[in-house]
Amino acid sequence: MVPLTYFQLLSAALFAIGLYGVLARRSAVLIVLSIELMLNAVNINLIAAASHMDGVGRFSNFDGQIIAIFVITIAAAEVGLALAIILRMYRNRATVDVDEINLMKW
Amino acid sequence: MSWLLFGLLAVLTLGGGLGVVATRNVVHAALFLLLSLTAVAGVYLVLFAEFLALVQILIYGGAIVIVVLFAVMLTRSSDYPRISDNRQWPLAVVAALGVLGVLAAAFMSRPSPVTRPQSPVFDELASSLFTRWAVPFEVASLVLLVALIGAIIIARASGNER
Repeated sequence: MVPLTYFQLLSAALFAIGLYGVLARRSAVLIVLSIELMLNAVNINLIAAASHMDGVGRFSNFDGQIIAIFVITIAAAEVGLALAIILRMYRNRATVDVDEINLMKW
Repeated sequence: MSWLLFGLLAVLTLGGGLGVVATRNVVHAALFLLLSLTAVAGVYLVLFAEFLALVQILIYGGAIVIVVLFAVMLTRSSDYPRISDNRQWPLAVVAALGVLGVLAAAFMSRPSPVTRPQSPVFDELASSLFTRWAVPFEVASLVLLVALIGAIIIARASGNER
């Protein structure tokens, strides 16, 4: 059996890749994709902990899976909303480059 | 056997992730994301979380990647290759490596428990979701509804548009 630490390291690596994407890309769609990578890293961590550990107190050992379901729900809502905003942005400014969207920049 | 599967799926996951952040072509990035997310579903199977693996493939593979591809098609995709990365991408590399180092140190610092992976049966998961987690469940459905309405209102073409 693969120990929990390896799943956590996989999750940390995926999170770091997503973080790099969010910080370094300029196209708004690619930033949204990188955020998805980070959310998936969190889910791997949650589910690995849920299936490797026993329940503590009021929490049973599969509550992590249920929280992961909620994370997936929020991710779906976030993608829909983010892409709607990107479409509107594209229609108003004719670009998806976040460096050119500086209307609210102080 | 599980080591082999885990290694293969980890390589696919991280390779897909690196593809997402490295390629200039947005369609390729979406397809790399699909590869990565499917591999993550495989990781869930290694962890005996079958229901989550199904949900992952249905929602991410089936819905989110398709929506992203639609958005790429509706915006002018010939523009995308021109949009390069930030000038401060070396700083982004440093930040990502720093976060990776901190997380890895934190995860390695405590020994992992020795209990072997176990999975709840489906009805256990479902009864927990609809009893103890019923209120968050309803809130999540409300969030989805609000996000849906908001997305329609934001993306709808209004009459006085230039």
